[in-house]
Order: sequence, then C-alpha cells, then structure tokens
Amino acid sequence: MSHCQQRCKRQLGRVIRCFYQFVTGTLSQDSVEDEFELSTVCHRPEGLEQLQEQTKFTRKELQVLYRGFKNECPSGIVNEENFKQIYSQFFPQGDSSTYATFLFNAFDTDHDGSVSFEDFVSGLSIILRGTIDDRLNWAFNLYDLNKDGCITKEEMLDIMKSIYDMMGKYTYPAMREEAPREHVENFFQKMDRNKDGVVTIEEFLESCQKDENIMRSMQLFDNVI
Amino acid sequence: MAAGVAAWLPFARAAAIGWMPVANCPMPLAPTEKNKRQDELIILNVSGRRFQTWRTTLERYPDTLLGSTEKEFFFNEDTKEYFFDRDPEVFRCILNFYRTGKLHYPRYECISAYDEELAFYGILPEIIGDCCYEEYKDRKRENAERLMDDNDSENNQEGSMPSLSFRQTMWRAFENPHTSTLALVFYYVTGFFIAVSVITNVVETVPCGTVPGNKELPCGERYAVAFFCLDTACVMIFTVEYLLRLFAAPSRYRFIRSVMSIIDVVAIMPYYIGLVMTNNEDVSGAFVTLRVFRVFRIFKFSRHSQGLRILGYTLKSCASELGFLLFSLTMAIIIFATVMFYAEKGSSASKFTSIPASFWYTIVTMTTLGYGDMVPKTIAGKIFGSICSLSGVLVIALPVPVIVSNFSRIYHQNQRADKRRAQKKARLARIRVAKTGSSNAYLHSKRNGLLNEALELTGSTEDEQHTTKGTSLIESQHHHLLHCLEKTTNHEFIDEQLFEQNCMESSMQNYPSSRSPSLSSHHGLTTSCCSRRHKKTTHLPNSSVPATRLRSMQELSTIHIQCSEQPSLTTSRSSLNMKSDDGLRPNCKAAQITTAIISIPTPPALTPEGESRPPPSSPGHSTNISTTTTSNIVKVSAL
Repeated sequence: MSHCQQRCKRQLGRVIRCFYQFVTGTLSQDSVEDEFELSTVCHRPEGLEQLQEQTKFTRKELQVLYRGFKNECPSGIVNEENFKQIYSQFFPQGDSSTYATFLFNAFDTDHDGSVSFEDFVSGLSIILRGTIDDRLNWAFNLYDLNKDGCITKEEMLDIMKSIYDMMGKYTYPAMREEAPREHVENFFQKMDRNKDGVVTIEEFLESCQKDENIMRSMQLFDNVI
Repeated sequence: MAAGVAAWLPFARAAAIGWMPVANCPMPLAPTEKNKRQDELIILNVSGRRFQTWRTTLERYPDTLLGSTEKEFFFNEDTKEYFFDRDPEVFRCILNFYRTGKLHYPRYECISAYDEELAFYGILPEIIGDCCYEEYKDRKRENAERLMDDNDSENNQEGSMPSLSFRQTMWRAFENPHTSTLALVFYYVTGFFIAVSVITNVVETVPCGTVPGNKELPCGERYAVAFFCLDTACVMIFTVEYLLRLFAAPSRYRFIRSVMSIIDVVAIMPYYIGLVMTNNEDVSGAFVTLRVFRVFRIFKFSRHSQGLRILGYTLKSCASELGFLLFSLTMAIIIFATVMFYAEKGSSASKFTSIPASFWYTIVTMTTLGYGDMVPKTIAGKIFGSICSLSGVLVIALPVPVIVSNFSRIYHQNQRADKRRAQKKARLARIRVAKTGSSNAYLHSKRNGLLNEALELTGSTEDEQHTTKGTSLIESQHHHLLHCLEKTTNHEFIDEQLFEQNCMESSMQNYPSSRSPSLSSHHGLTTSCCSRRHKKTTHLPNSSVPATRLRSMQELSTIHIQCSEQPSLTTSRSSLNMKSDDGLRPNCKAAQITTAIISIPTPPALTPEGESRPPPSSPGHSTNISTTTTSNIVKVSAL
C-alpha cells in the first residue's frame, strides 16, 4: 500500500503545484534552452614549415590550398555536411552524398568527425604527390569502409552504388539496378586472387600493378595542382 | 558551379582516385594548362581607393566586366593598375561578390545608383543574395511606383491624348476624378445625390406634424409627392451613372461582377420594382421590405471614400479571425445558456423557458449589456450568471485586440508570404538553371571535345578555334572530372529529353535483334577497350537486349570516320544531337565531315545503331547499311 500512497502523494503534489501556478500566474519557463552552439570553434593549422615537412607540397601550393580551404570553411574545419555540400557542387546531375561520406571518412584520419586543414592537405599530398603505391594504398583505405584491412563484397557494393549514384538518372544507357553489382563481380574477379570473397591489400596492390589501365590512370594525378 | 568551390576543384579531382581501380576503361586525358600563369595580385583603383585582389578571384565570373577582357580597356599603363571612375562604396559590394559569391545590397544606397553600378560592371541584379533580396525588391518597387506616379502626373499635365478613344477617356474619368474637370464635377454631383438619397430615406420616416384625425404621420406620407420626386431624381442619376459606367468599362463582364456594380444595382432596383407593382396589395408588404435595400446606397460612398474601401478589404482578409470569434462566442453562449436553463428550471415563473430562450440572456450578459429583461432568481442561477458575465468580458475583450493586431500582422504576412513564395520559386528556378547550365555546358563541351579529336585526326586545325569557345581551364578540368566518372561507370550523361526518348524506344523494342554484322566486319583499328571487352561478352549467352546495349555502348566511345566516297562523320548517339550541330559544322579539306542525323527508329525498331545515313533507316535496312560500310572504317576511340 505504501507504493500507492507514494503515488497518491506525488499526484496530489503535482495538482497543488499546478493550482498554485494557476492562481499566482507564473509563466512556465521557456522549455527551449538557448541553444547557443559555440559555432565559433576556430581551428588554426600548424605552421607552413611544419606542413611543408609533412607533405610534399611546395610553400606556394600550400598557400593556394589554404586560401581556398579557408574561403569555403572560415572556421578552419570541415564537417560532414559542409563536405557533402561542397562536393555536390561538382556533380549537378547525380547524388554524390554517399561517396562524399566515404571520402570524408577517408580524409578524417583521426576520426574526430571533422576534417581539418592538416587532414585535408595530408590526404591530398598522398594522392597528388605520393608514389603509385601510396595512392593505391589510399584508395584501398577508401574502399575499406570499416578499416579492417580487407574489402568485402558488401563494402565494394556500397562504394560502387555511391559512384553510380553520382551519375544520376539521365544516362545513356539507362541505369539498371544490377549495374553496380555486375561491376563489383567484375572487380572481384579481377582482384580476388585466392577467391576467398575478400580483397586484401596485397591482392589489391598486386592486381592493380598488373593492370596497365589502372597504372596509367594513377598517373593522371601528377599534375592536378 | 559556384565560384568559391572552384578552389576545391583540385580536391574533387584528387577524390577521383576512388574511381580508378574500379574502372574498366582507361581514363581520358587530363586537360593541359596551356598558359599556366602564377596567380598575381591586381590593383583596382576606383576613384582613388585602391582595391587589391587575385586575378583568379575576378576570373570566377567571366561574363562580367571585371572577369573578362573588358577590364583591359581601363588599364592604366603608367601606374599598372585598373582605374575606374566610379563610386568606391558600391564597388566594395561588387568586389565582395567576386570574393564570396554573394551579392549584397547595402541599405543606405540609393536603388537607382546601385542598379547603375551593377549594369556598369555587367552583373545581373537577380543574383543578389537572399539576405538582401527582399529589401532590394521592396526598394525597387517603391522606385518603380514613384516613377509611374511621375509619369502619370506628367501625362496628366499634357494636353488631351488623342490616342485614347472616347470610351477609354470616359472610363479614366470615372476611375480617376482628378483627370479632368468634367470628371470632378460628375464625382461631386453623384456624391451629392447619394447624400440626398440617404437623407431622404432617413427623413421620410420622421413624424412631422399632425393631421386632423390625431394621427402622427411620417413625413414620407405627408409630403409623398415631394419625396417621390426626390427619389426619382436620385434614381435617375444613379441609373444614368450605372449605364455610363457599363458602357465605358473595358471589360463589361468583369464590371458586372464587381462589388460596386452589384451595390449600384441593388440600390436602384427597389425603385423600379416599386414602379412595376404599385397597385398590388399582396406584394406591397414585400415591396416595403425592398425599400430597405435603398439603404445600400450608402455603400456607394465607398467609391468616394478610400477609408471605407480599406475597411472592407481588411474585414474580408480577417474573415477567419472573425469567424473564430463568432465560433468561440457561440460555444460559450450554448454552454452558459444550457447551464442557466437547468439552474433556473426549478424557480417558478422563470423567464428561462427553454435553452434558446436563454440564449438571449447569455448574449446580453456576455456583452455586458445587461438589459435586465431576464434575470436569474435562484442562487445557482445567480452564481452561474456572474460567471457568465465575467467570462463574457474575457471572451469578447480578448479577441478584439488580437483581431486588430491580426489585421496588420496578416496583412503584412500575406505580403511577405507572397513575396517569399515568388522568391522561392525564382530561387529554385535559378538553382535549376544553374544546374542544367553546368550539365549542359558539360554535354556541349563533350561534343566539342569529340569533334576536336576528329579534327585533329584529319589534320585540319584551322577550325579548332570554332569549337573551343574559350572554356576556361577550370571548366575543362571539371569536364574532365565528369568524363572520368562516365568512364568509370560506363554510362554517359545525357540530358533529360534524350533520356525520355531512349526510354520510349527501349519500351518499343520487343523482339530480339540479330547481331549486326557490323561488329564482325570491322577490320579496322579497334582500339576501344570497351568494344573489345564487349565483343567477348556478346558471345555469352545473355539475353539479346543487353547485347544490343553493350554493342551500342561500344559505339559510345568511338568515332567512325569513313574515308570512302560517302564520307560521313557519325558520332556516338548521345553526344551529337540535332540542333546545335549546324553551328559546329566545320569545313574540312579532306573528308566531308558531316554530322549524322540521329534517326529515331520507327517501331518495331532494333538496335539504335549510331551510324545512319540521312534518310532515316528503316528497320529492315539497318543491317544492310552496316554491311555496306565495311570499307575503310577507322574506329578511333575517344581517349
């Protein structure tokens, strides 16, 4: 019975409180707290000299990169939404948000939810100034969504779907549902040597080095900046 | 593509590394930067105030003065800077536009000065950012109204405009009494007669004097003839006015439906009806009722009074608030009437005989009138009666200021909502245009690119300039990026209409196609990887439809240049498309490069082969045509 009594007392207290408020007319406090997001988080990158040491860019290139970076993200860091929005400007016809998420995760090496200028420029340094092996490593890292060292078919399918999503609807020939899956099968046939259903980094590097198309396309990145 | 993100293009191109290992086809070549200039600071001297910015910042918008070569006209050799003899304050906003991509409108600036500056620098005002767009539009509208007023007053001060017809002048005179003296006279005369009519209606009922027989007569019956004459005169004037307005109205149907004309009709109808049925005793009762409608003549004043019109409009726009007030009142009335009825049921000789009878008490009490013809006698009745009067004060007094403030709020809100809706539509349209613009730019440049390669092969370079319309480096890099994506996924970007066409055709393909011998009969340099790959896949036991698709995909990446008698440049189906090809047709000294007319196969059509002669190929002929084009077809991949 004490449980009932407690409940009764609680209800009574509530009723009295309500009546009191009704009589004295206290306005209920604003239930919405001031959401004062400290959006003024400002991140300053390390000095130019340090970045020059860490990356393979020249001083001038770093300057140009930082100016562009800071222009678009005045707070000094990019969060995922911003990243997706910037990337989507380049692909007006399709939906590039999924691929941008994967990219974001690949650039965000310390997994803190934001890409700082150091992350940004170190990623770019590998892609644009690294050796072919470095680049392939980076690409593998991009594909390996859960960073466990091997690419499964599901991960590859997600990546492939995101790439096909960027094409949008108006393509020739018309986009079919199975196109990404077929592409993934193709990929695994090429890459998976021991047919165990996953592609490890060694298999990946080996197969890519044998494929002259891939090797040639890797050289495209030499003069992007 | 927004200007600011041009700086992120290198990143986007680097991100394409994710596509490389999964692509089956080799990637196209990257565009080379022919004259790669180091980014330099340029100085813009605007009336003495020096602004400095990077050259690439200005080149983000190549179709403005500062972004194009037009600024070279303002280059000052001595001081090595660009001098503009314009307002430096406004230039600040304009330069910020280049820097941030958003054009702002400063509130302290005069709207026409600002517009002039925008026009000078070649910037369209439509791209003003949303933060300042409303203000800009408001000021612009005010300005336009001011100009219109100026123009109108100018026009009015001119002499008579012979271009207006008599009917139009009359209508103008009716709507705007200040246009001519005659109109003013007419305006005042009608006003006077309306007043006379209303006064006679009122005075008619006043008892004046006695007649032997000690009966008080109203003046209307005593001086019946005089009043009748007055009434006739007024109605005459009103009828004439109505007929004249009807004649002068530009749209008679719309005029008849308008509120004012209905009021006019209602005002003069009773008189004529009365004329018609004077001596019929039965309907004289109804006739008397009709005379009530004469009071509507007072509404004719609304043509003369702006205030009445505004009141009418605001009442109309606040109809929902008034309706809510009425509804809540009705609820309260019913509740209290019921309560009072049951409370007073017990007392004897109570006036609360039924609930509807109690309505009257409730209304009188709630509006704090308190006539006192019905009062509760029981104690319960009195308690509830007092609660009723207290709540009456609340129910009546509260909504009134709410309605008043609602008037202004709703009025302004409607205006703003309409504006916002229009802006939103405009903004979406702008976004859509920008998107289609950039994708169209890509498709267009793809065609140019293919033609370029064709031209390079045939060795005529003089017409290259025609096709490269000076796309900036950033654009060509962006297009290269999209091209890489196409290669990765083996699909091509096309525009919407073509997509719809393809959908229609593929739905019309209903029987398996025979493999075109064109595939096997080509013994040229087949270098396209996709063709090779798909040659293999056509042997697989797939269904025929994918086979045709694969085959046509092969066409995508190849250009056939026939060096035979009938030279025709057939390009891939999706890239070359009807209209704009005429402009791109260069004259080649060797082979006549003509663009193919893409034939839409008639049903039941087969493989959408890319190569078709000008007469559209009928289905039966397609295979024939392909077999005859066996000689000397050099397939060049679009790498």
